[in-house]
Amino acid sequence: MKEKQQFSLTALFDTPDEIIRAAHETRSAGYTRYDVHTPYPVHGMDKAMGLRQSRLGIFVLIFGLFGAVSSVLFMTWVTLVDYPLVIGGKPFWSWPAFVPVAFEITVLMASVLLVVTMIVLYFKFPNISHPLHDTPYMKRISSDKFGISIQVDDPKFNEREVREFLYKIGGKEITPVYFDLEDLDHGQTMFDPKFLGVLALTAILVSGATYAVFNQLMFMEPFSWMSTQAKQKAQRPSDLFKDGIGMRPPVEGTVARGFLPYLFKGKPDEAGKNLVNPLFATKEVIERGKATYLTYCSPCHGNFARGDSRLRGQFPNPPTLHSDKVRNWPDGSIYHVITEGQNVMPAYASQISRDDRWAIIHYLRVLQRAHNAKESDLK
Amino acid sequence: MSIPVSAEGWRKELPASVTRLGWILLIAGVAIAALGYIVDARRMAFDNVIGYLFLASVAAGSVFLVALEYIGGAVWSVPTRRVNEFLGGLVLLLPLIALPMFFHLHDVYHWTHEEVVAADKLLAGKSPYLDVNFFVLRFVLIFIIWSLFHFLFTRNSTKQDTTKDPKLTTINIRLAAVFMPVFAISLTLTAVDWAMSLEPHWSSTIFGVYYFSGTVLAALSAATYIIIKLHESGYLPKLQRDSFYSLGALMFAFINFWAYIAFSQFLLIWYADLPEETVWFMSRWKNGWEYVSILLIVVHFAIPYFALLTQDSKMDLKRLKLMAIWILFAHLLDLYWLVMPTYSESVSFSWTEFAFPILLVGLVMVVLSFKMRRNNLVPVGDPKLTRGLSFRL
Repeated sequence: MKEKQQFSLTALFDTPDEIIRAAHETRSAGYTRYDVHTPYPVHGMDKAMGLRQSRLGIFVLIFGLFGAVSSVLFMTWVTLVDYPLVIGGKPFWSWPAFVPVAFEITVLMASVLLVVTMIVLYFKFPNISHPLHDTPYMKRISSDKFGISIQVDDPKFNEREVREFLYKIGGKEITPVYFDLEDLDHGQTMFDPKFLGVLALTAILVSGATYAVFNQLMFMEPFSWMSTQAKQKAQRPSDLFKDGIGMRPPVEGTVARGFLPYLFKGKPDEAGKNLVNPLFATKEVIERGKATYLTYCSPCHGNFARGDSRLRGQFPNPPTLHSDKVRNWPDGSIYHVITEGQNVMPAYASQISRDDRWAIIHYLRVLQRAHNAKESDLK
Repeated sequence: MSIPVSAEGWRKELPASVTRLGWILLIAGVAIAALGYIVDARRMAFDNVIGYLFLASVAAGSVFLVALEYIGGAVWSVPTRRVNEFLGGLVLLLPLIALPMFFHLHDVYHWTHEEVVAADKLLAGKSPYLDVNFFVLRFVLIFIIWSLFHFLFTRNSTKQDTTKDPKLTTINIRLAAVFMPVFAISLTLTAVDWAMSLEPHWSSTIFGVYYFSGTVLAALSAATYIIIKLHESGYLPKLQRDSFYSLGALMFAFINFWAYIAFSQFLLIWYADLPEETVWFMSRWKNGWEYVSILLIVVHFAIPYFALLTQDSKMDLKRLKLMAIWILFAHLLDLYWLVMPTYSESVSFSWTEFAFPILLVGLVMVVLSFKMRRNNLVPVGDPKLTRGLSFRL
């Protein structure tokens, strides 16, 4: 523990006029290390204390320009480079729209950075306390008195003389102020683990409480433009129906568009007799049939329907489709086989659409004709 | 500092030369205006609108500044308040400036033509408001309101010179509280009637505020120039630099306010991009008017902004005086930019534009010398005067 160390000698005054006169006298007497404390800004104090114009103005200018330039550059980058978006039919770089943002950022940068600068410059940042803090002197200042504090490190300081001087200029309650012993022992308290710990804990508590309150307890969706709609979603319950099921079966006898039911289930002969290929054998239809055939049929039946599977025995080979039996089948019978399957061949109704099935049949007829070409076909 | 003791001590007349010059300018201005009306009545009528709006700015703005001092409890402006009161006296002369206009409404205001209104659905809808009789009625009502408040403010203020009764200050504070909303409405109506109705299809809800920003700036600049002139020639008691700083700071604030409002008006119209609104700016962005628009931004905002940015410049009397004249000119340019595109599609300038500025400068000088002969230049009975004289920041 060090010795008790004096910081300054303080005196209180009753009125703003008195404190201005006192500041003037103190300055005239040649004291340089002194400060004046008032509960509100007193007009004319700068002049009485002989203070220079504040240095903060130039910082405001620099920070403001920084805010203006950086925000304009950022918006330029966003609208021209990163995410060009047409808004209201205006050019990408619409400077009038930037002005309000640039203005706000300028003010924000200037004010926030100014406060930081002030803390660094005048409160000598890493220090978090001042000897005058938490003294009876400061308690009076913050309610109704005006005070002056002449510091011990003033070259002219002499306890007895200063006491007499303060008394002479009308000061009351002349009291010495001492450094906080703890501050002297610890030096800069900013990096004290205890202080940093409390700071970290406060930060965690405040952010945690904010998160819990605003994101959990009273969460409100900021904008619910189209994300929530008053409609029934798939697989969701509904209060509208007695059984509570949201998804309803279609009305009896309803047929979905493009999905007419197959009328000849398990009746290959009737299918052969009754079904007629609805498509004409145009070039487009045959091309389509070829593409579909090569996708779905050729793996087993072979590219030319010879029954030469590409599966190398992993699946039983189907017979050739160039046999007389198949060649003499009506289109409807082939359609039935594709639709329902036959022997080990599975049904292709769910993979191949109706029209594609008919197109395949046209293509198959082309293959069959090519395989059994007549003399007249060469002409 | 010298604190005036007797009421008579602060009654100082302006030199006869100033009064004479004032009369010469006034008569010259009237002569030019009369000639203008003979040569090109339509153009002169448009100039008359500019002249009226300019005088209304200085006059009503000065009454506003007096009210502002009372309602804000300002101390620094007390020693110079009389200048504002004198300028406020100009409201009584507004009808004289407006009078020639009423004989040329047809030349200026599209909506006064009945056959046009009948054929135009939009104008027909607005016709209950844009009606000549109602227009005149509004003018008379606004004139009565401004004159009444000017009369009450100055009567109480002058009475205080002899009675030294602090109660009169309280009365004026209450009057100011009543005046503020009335002023807001009346000035908006003036702007709408005289300037906005030039293009009756177009409308902007911020227009009244736009005119208000220029109004306060003009009144403040006129007062600043006169105060510094009087101060330099020893008419006023010794004022602290801080009082001039306050004048400069207020001027600087309103320069920014004008720019803020002017840009807000532009931004909203530009963003919405509605043809019936953009047309007003479009007509100011072609046929040479675009140069006037750019000039307005430079003259009314950029130059005064940088000229008054630093703390020292607001206490530099020479610069303040220059900027005061500069801003008065800028306000004139602002009104020219508001009014003249209706007169001609392409930018045009003529000698008739000089008539009203010359007339008004002369008028202000004559009115000032008239007022100074009859009133104290300092409100010697005001309880805040002592504090005002020793005002420091």
